Amino acid sequence: MQTVKMVVTGPFNSGKTAFIRSISEIEVVSTERKISLEVEKVKETTTVAMDFGRITVDDDLVLYLFGTPGQKRFDFMWEILSEGMLGFVVIVDSSRPETFREARFILDTFRAYAPTPYVVAANKQDAPEAWPVDDLRIALKLDPSVKCIPCVANDKEKVKVILLELLGGILQEIETGDKS
Amino acid sequence: MALQGNLRDFSVTKLLNLIHIAKKSGTLTIQGPNELASLAFLDGKLIYGQRGDEGGRLISILRYNHLLTEEQAATLQTRPEAANDKELGLLLIHANYLTQQAILQSLHKYLNDLVFRLFTWNEGIFQFYLGILPPDDRITVRIDLENLIMEGARRMREFEQLQEEIPNLDYALKFTDRPDARLRNINLSVEEWRVVSYISPKNTMRQIARANRLSEIELRRIVYGLIQAGVVEILLPEGLPPPPSLAKIQPMPKTPEQAGLIKRLADRIRSL
Repeated sequence: MQTVKMVVTGPFNSGKTAFIRSISEIEVVSTERKISLEVEKVKETTTVAMDFGRITVDDDLVLYLFGTPGQKRFDFMWEILSEGMLGFVVIVDSSRPETFREARFILDTFRAYAPTPYVVAANKQDAPEAWPVDDLRIALKLDPSVKCIPCVANDKEKVKVILLELLGGILQEIETGDKS
Repeated sequence: MALQGNLRDFSVTKLLNLIHIAKKSGTLTIQGPNELASLAFLDGKLIYGQRGDEGGRLISILRYNHLLTEEQAATLQTRPEAANDKELGLLLIHANYLTQQAILQSLHKYLNDLVFRLFTWNEGIFQFYLGILPPDDRITVRIDLENLIMEGARRMREFEQLQEEIPNLDYALKFTDRPDARLRNINLSVEEWRVVSYISPKNTMRQIARANRLSEIELRRIVYGLIQAGVVEILLPEGLPPPPSLAKIQPMPKTPEQAGLIKRLADRIRSL
């Protein structure tokens, strides 16, 4: 049995857990805890170790999706989770510009861990105050070659698009030998 | 005695379904691998439950749900009202310490947790005593079994997944030898700490579960989280290969041959 993994990362409360829940064939093994810091009490719980989802391709191949903890004090988990990843998705909450700088930092950090392909998911595009993808791209200072795709993490079809775009990037890298 | 047998032949799900559909009244006792539990039903609804010898009393339930401190529980035990759960409940309500709603919610949570725990038992002698109900001094609730059975089934699927990841509890655990791991800031729950405190090459996971009175699913869930966090790893007996599901996920070499693998992944995701 061959197992491959992708990492789903992004700032606190960006929608990583929802993203994995939408597509995983198993109940996501989640390590959420009640939030203790007042400043981070945007939601009741957060992921402290990882979320874990699975997509079985066939008897010989399984894809694992690992969601990273969103709070910065758990960032020691990032490197552990990034080991051996096929590629990664950076989830950004399009409606919270105060998190954009952190999203960029996370993106750069994961690129430093492993120069694997990645895509940026502009999440919460259904929120009225969400930034359009083009504006988000500018705010994140994304290179034109980086795919930034609109996303609603609770919508399975949107999540599929993101993963297929990432796989497309990986395939392109294999076929062209491009490491950019 | 109306019904008796072993969970191997007649699972908890089947038992609860039977009681629910036949609207039975009585008490079901199950002697599990490590402990005894009993549930009482009225007209097919769950009204009361008890785990072990001391469970089921209001003080222990409130303590279980962290609504009483150890000291408060000890003080209450000395009160004459402690012998009667209904009187004790009234005392707490009149003292404005708890509302009736909080007490009932606490009972619901205790019973739900107890039933979910029973779902993970694959082995145990059960007996159903028709018409036997809890003593009058106990506070009872009415919980519809249908939702409990559905949620229990969902948890069983999770259990099967965890069983696949950690197939054998007869192995020991050891702390990972990772000088680079920055684990000093890790936050562990009380249960995780309890498991961690027993980690030694001498203790199998099954022994750790028994020592902490954890069910297999609770132990597997905790160990799985600790493994994924890089805190512990399974110590395999010498000469045995690692279980395939625990083999480290290797980086995929980016060779042209792997393009087919990526296309298979893409096809699978499209089909979801």
